[in-house]
Amino acid sequence: MRLLERPGRWLIILPPLLFLTVFFLIPFAFAFKISLAETAPRVPPFTDIFTHTPDGHIQVSVSLANFKYLLTDEVYGIAYLYSLKTAFFSTLICLALGYPMAYAISRASKTTQSILLLIIILPFWTSFLLRVYALEGIIRDGGILNTVLLKLGLISQPLKIMRTSIAVYLGIIYSYLPFMVLPLFATLEKLDNTLLEAAADLGSPPWRAFLDVTVPQSIPGVIAGSMLVFIPAVGEFVIPSLLGGPDNLMIGRVLWDEFFGNHDWPVASAVAIAFLFLLAGPIAIYQYYNTRQQEA
Amino acid sequence: MERRFSPVLFAALCLGIAVLYVPILVLIAYSFNASALVSVWGGFSTQWYAELMHNRQILDAALLSLEVAVASSTAAVLLGTLAAIALVRFARFPGRLMLTGMVNAPLVMPEIITGITQLLLFVSMLQMFGWPHRGFTTIVIAHIAFCTAYVTVTVQSRLQSADRSLEEAAMDLGSSPAQAFVEVTLPIIAPALISSWLLSFTLSLDDLVISSFVSGPGASTLPMVIYSKVKLGVSPDVNALASLIICIVGSCVIAAGYFMRRQEKQRLLEMQIAERG
Repeated sequence: MRLLERPGRWLIILPPLLFLTVFFLIPFAFAFKISLAETAPRVPPFTDIFTHTPDGHIQVSVSLANFKYLLTDEVYGIAYLYSLKTAFFSTLICLALGYPMAYAISRASKTTQSILLLIIILPFWTSFLLRVYALEGIIRDGGILNTVLLKLGLISQPLKIMRTSIAVYLGIIYSYLPFMVLPLFATLEKLDNTLLEAAADLGSPPWRAFLDVTVPQSIPGVIAGSMLVFIPAVGEFVIPSLLGGPDNLMIGRVLWDEFFGNHDWPVASAVAIAFLFLLAGPIAIYQYYNTRQQEA
Repeated sequence: MERRFSPVLFAALCLGIAVLYVPILVLIAYSFNASALVSVWGGFSTQWYAELMHNRQILDAALLSLEVAVASSTAAVLLGTLAAIALVRFARFPGRLMLTGMVNAPLVMPEIITGITQLLLFVSMLQMFGWPHRGFTTIVIAHIAFCTAYVTVTVQSRLQSADRSLEEAAMDLGSSPAQAFVEVTLPIIAPALISSWLLSFTLSLDDLVISSFVSGPGASTLPMVIYSKVKLGVSPDVNALASLIICIVGSCVIAAGYFMRRQEKQRLLEMQIAERG
């Protein structure tokens, strides 16, 4: 308020507001519109929803056929469920791995802390695609993991990891682990140490103090981290496409194939819209905790 | 309370860090493999790096990706900083809730949804206004949208912790509000601007899914070329290219981190001196 006079404020507010409205929000309206159209052999490959009749009226022709198709062809249901299941268990494993890591970092001295944080953030900055590719080098049939295990005599023939669900899980956990650790660290770092001291003074053993004091206070971090892993993981395309097999149908892959393989834009839009409804709950939870944390 | 590592915590931390780093280190080691067979070690060689320099397709794609990344991260820093100022300094204005939602949603929105919706917008716009044609322009616009979100979040947290009283002091001494902001607060948030530019740059350089949707014929970014090669399996020249990108991005990040830490220390020192004097 004090920064600028009222008219001047709009010079600051309008550019990002307009840009994001036009190029992030309005696209969803177009996707919704096209999900109600039908495929047509032309450019762009779908029918018009609004057409002008010769007598000057506007005719609206919408069809729910694409959404019905999603319900009748079982491949979509299977892909949705498989995506949700994979994302859910990957998130749990990331939490199990990430919590002790974040806790350890929050207990370290300030200098060690900044070095450890850099170590965690560095992979987050490095190419996602290239990290998935690097993982393929480890787990493929003739990769390092199988070579080492064979040399050690622990296995007699190579483990089949590539093109299985296990590869998809490994890929998601490997790629999204930093997304879990960073928000967890942010809440654990703010933890009030005097509460732990109080618990110790009152005779709590450290594990009791951890469960009664640390865990409840870190819940916002647990939720933020879980959502940051779960939501993108449900829509993951690169990982199932490069590491998974034909059975590991995730919804992102179905959408990609529908769009690039079948050129069926209306069905692809319907998949995206249905997917968005499915994610509305988790996204709302994330937004809620995020704004609360920002205002705290 | 004394802060110390228990052995269990230490082991968990080491395991997690190993999980993150071993694949990358193995990849870099294999990029120096003389053998064309990716499973066999055939001695040390830099031949795959030399071959990259003669691959037209990869060089063109790398150039396009760099141009896109510079253009979109620069625009995103401008838009994102404005959005952060609006959200931190203006307690209420029409559209505030919408702006908050739009800067947070891209952080979690699956890329595949953002990609397809933006493509459908561009196609419809082209039909209606004859602009934009799919290619460089559409990729840059799409990248600006998601980079702006990251910039806003980074700058926002920095701006919240910046001390308003310095700006107020400048205004008491006769500065206009805009002048006070530019001369006092801008230098304080400058490290956040630099780091968010770098973050946007790497995010843009890395994007595969959104670019694949909004790009047109003839405009292939580096990740798109890498993806189509990786689809065919592990190969030594991709190992070399990947190692090169990882090393360049990695050293940029470390340099940026070092630079910002130094600047931060300098600032704290100056403030201590100012308080004493």
